[in-house]
Amino acid sequence: MFSILKKEQLADGIYQYTVEAPDIARAARAGQFVILRLDEHGERIPLTIADFDAAAGTVDIVFQVVGKTTEELAACYDTGGALLDLAGPLGRPSDIPTGENVIVIGGGVGIAPVYPIARALHEAGNHVIGIIGCRTKDLVIMEDKLAAVCDEFITTTDDGTWGRCALVTEPLREVLEKRNDIDLVVAIGPGPMMKFCAETTRPFEVKTVVSLNCIMVDGTGMCGACRIEVGGETKFACADGPEFDGHAVNFDQLAMRLRGYVEQERLALDHYHGGEACQCQK
Amino acid sequence: MSEVKNPPPSPKTPRTAMPEQDPKRRARNFEEVALGYSEKDALTEAARCLSCRKPTCKAGCPVEVPIPEFVALVKEGKFAEAAQKIKENNALPAVCGRVCPQEKQCENGCVLGKRFEPLAIGRLERFVADREREQKSAEGISAEAQKALGSDEIAASATKQPPRNDRMTRPGAGVTRGVPGKRVAVVGSGPGGLTCASDLARLGYSVTLFEALHEPGGVLVYGIPEFRLPKDIVKSEVDYIKGLGVEVRTDAVIGHLFGINELLTDHGYDAVFIASGAGFPMFMNIPGENLNGVYSANEFLTRANLMKAYLFPEYDTPIARGKNVAVVGGGNVAMDSARVAMRLGAEHVYLVYRRSLEELPARAEEVHHADEEGIEFKLLNNPTGILGDDSGRVTGLRCIAMELGEPDASGRRRPFEVAGSEFVLDVDTVIMAIGTRANPLIGNATPGLNLTDRGYIAADEITGQTSLPAVFAGGDIVTGSATVIAAMGAGKRAAKAIHAYLQNSNA
Repeated sequence: MFSILKKEQLADGIYQYTVEAPDIARAARAGQFVILRLDEHGERIPLTIADFDAAAGTVDIVFQVVGKTTEELAACYDTGGALLDLAGPLGRPSDIPTGENVIVIGGGVGIAPVYPIARALHEAGNHVIGIIGCRTKDLVIMEDKLAAVCDEFITTTDDGTWGRCALVTEPLREVLEKRNDIDLVVAIGPGPMMKFCAETTRPFEVKTVVSLNCIMVDGTGMCGACRIEVGGETKFACADGPEFDGHAVNFDQLAMRLRGYVEQERLALDHYHGGEACQCQK
Repeated sequence: MSEVKNPPPSPKTPRTAMPEQDPKRRARNFEEVALGYSEKDALTEAARCLSCRKPTCKAGCPVEVPIPEFVALVKEGKFAEAAQKIKENNALPAVCGRVCPQEKQCENGCVLGKRFEPLAIGRLERFVADREREQKSAEGISAEAQKALGSDEIAASATKQPPRNDRMTRPGAGVTRGVPGKRVAVVGSGPGGLTCASDLARLGYSVTLFEALHEPGGVLVYGIPEFRLPKDIVKSEVDYIKGLGVEVRTDAVIGHLFGINELLTDHGYDAVFIASGAGFPMFMNIPGENLNGVYSANEFLTRANLMKAYLFPEYDTPIARGKNVAVVGGGNVAMDSARVAMRLGAEHVYLVYRRSLEELPARAEEVHHADEEGIEFKLLNNPTGILGDDSGRVTGLRCIAMELGEPDASGRRRPFEVAGSEFVLDVDTVIMAIGTRANPLIGNATPGLNLTDRGYIAADEITGQTSLPAVFAGGDIVTGSATVIAAMGAGKRAAKAIHAYLQNSNA
């Protein structure tokens, strides 16, 4: 069991949990993820690590309520409660260069996994330009925390209610046009956002890393549920990733594979709602 | 049992049949197919044993189960004693009695088999293990484990309580036959890891079993379906091993959470046994393999078995319930996948295999069961591509007919394509059961650990010794995909080697 030390609502439908997991906290590196299971009937879902503190022995996970498991987690698991299973850290850590100029981009709940990467880049002496994008002001998360590890920082919203009224690709293009010394772009968020970031950087020939949120089961390479075509070859996001060359990822296939269980996901939610209001045994 | 009289022994008596669920009925449920011997069946079958002066059955067993001795006890109706006798050498008798390929091992060596049918050793092993389990509560299992610890023949020597086991009551504490205070980490809780952990615990070592998934058992829980190996049985065998004092740590992905070297240094283990399994599923590299509805057998079986997706939405994990399903491959895993697909409600399940019935690598019994349940064998066919619709869902499997030519290096006749014979199998789900390759995780994360050119861990065939001094390995991560019992044999040999290593390193 992994105790929930702190639960915080970051925005509408977006939560941050600080979980006691000393071994994971010690081993975790930027770019890695965990797999969580709520109870004996639970599914295994991958979540990116939003922060880890080896000294405190804690790992932060951030998630958006999108289906049965995330809804139940947000509704029934509070501070003082516990998660049945938390496995990690999984996936390959980010490659952290030194002394380079890097743009990190987070879209929506994808801002969370960007934070440890930005922090690692910052600590390694890179010049870090942060760009985050959300639909609207109320959905902006982790702005101050992320800005604190960036040398330059831009916030955008689709509707202009906070920061600049733009998609993240606009400031990205402007920075790339303004300065020709950008060595690396890291973009994490919804598939279309990562796709368009990669398309924006392609003409500039700047290395662009994306982190894929594929469907997984074990998360260690055993099942292959997370396979995705990268540069014409099939890769496993859990073992070969989750970070890949954004210019080589088949994003249409990613979107297609993420829809693989749409029907069952709706059924699971209906079933969950059909029972008592709260399904947890606490 | 006094009212049951032993029938007179006669080798000519036909081998006692295994009662089974009716094929039509069982093809739609997940309950166990083989129902097990009754007491009368067991006595009848055991009476067929010739009690050879020079038995040749035992040599065929990779874990050296004392077969003549346990069968003799069954003959006398001493079932509990028979179970104890097996457990001296095999911690997983209820598993082995179900999934071992006895026809190639112990029963292949049975003298009876030369003129008649061999003794049903596997069925007897299952009978005594099941009977013992049914008669024991959880407390009983632990008491049994204590007895096993206390009755070990190896000379006892007093020692202090081993560290890190403080949270549990350690059966046999204060008595150990291994090297006092030495600790062993076992990586992977499949059949190899469980066997090694069990043997080392019985020797008195303090053992921690690390499992990457949330439940111990490895392939016994994620791979082999409920109807062939009920998960309660695995759980009870694991509980027995826990009762021996083995600490089980789930959710521990070694290579990520802790490195092998870290276990030896920071965590103070004196030796490590790696039994992490082969892991990585293979695909054919044909067009359409990433369409929705295409699974590796590992994924399909893990969803169904470990995650209980067949009980969705009571359990959260979904699985495709295909109407028409193609399983590609011919091994036991292919048979398991096909039979699971059938139980999930498929109308047609096709087994697509590029060679003929003769070459099918699956056990004859599994092929027979699959056939009985209505699996349609599309032999001498090979997939060339998977077709899908606009939304990315599978709509068909394109295949080409094959013919067999001269034998290849494996001794099996080499299949070649028949030109112009392509056709499309109308399916909505495709399961690739064509084998696995080595999971690179531990190899990549362990400096100094030598790998073979195929990425498996290079280890001594007998001892499991790797290129690192205190590190041993065995099972599929060394040999590539093999059987449960082969991994158990490797675990057993490694336990002996680790015992020897720790005794020497102590001197």
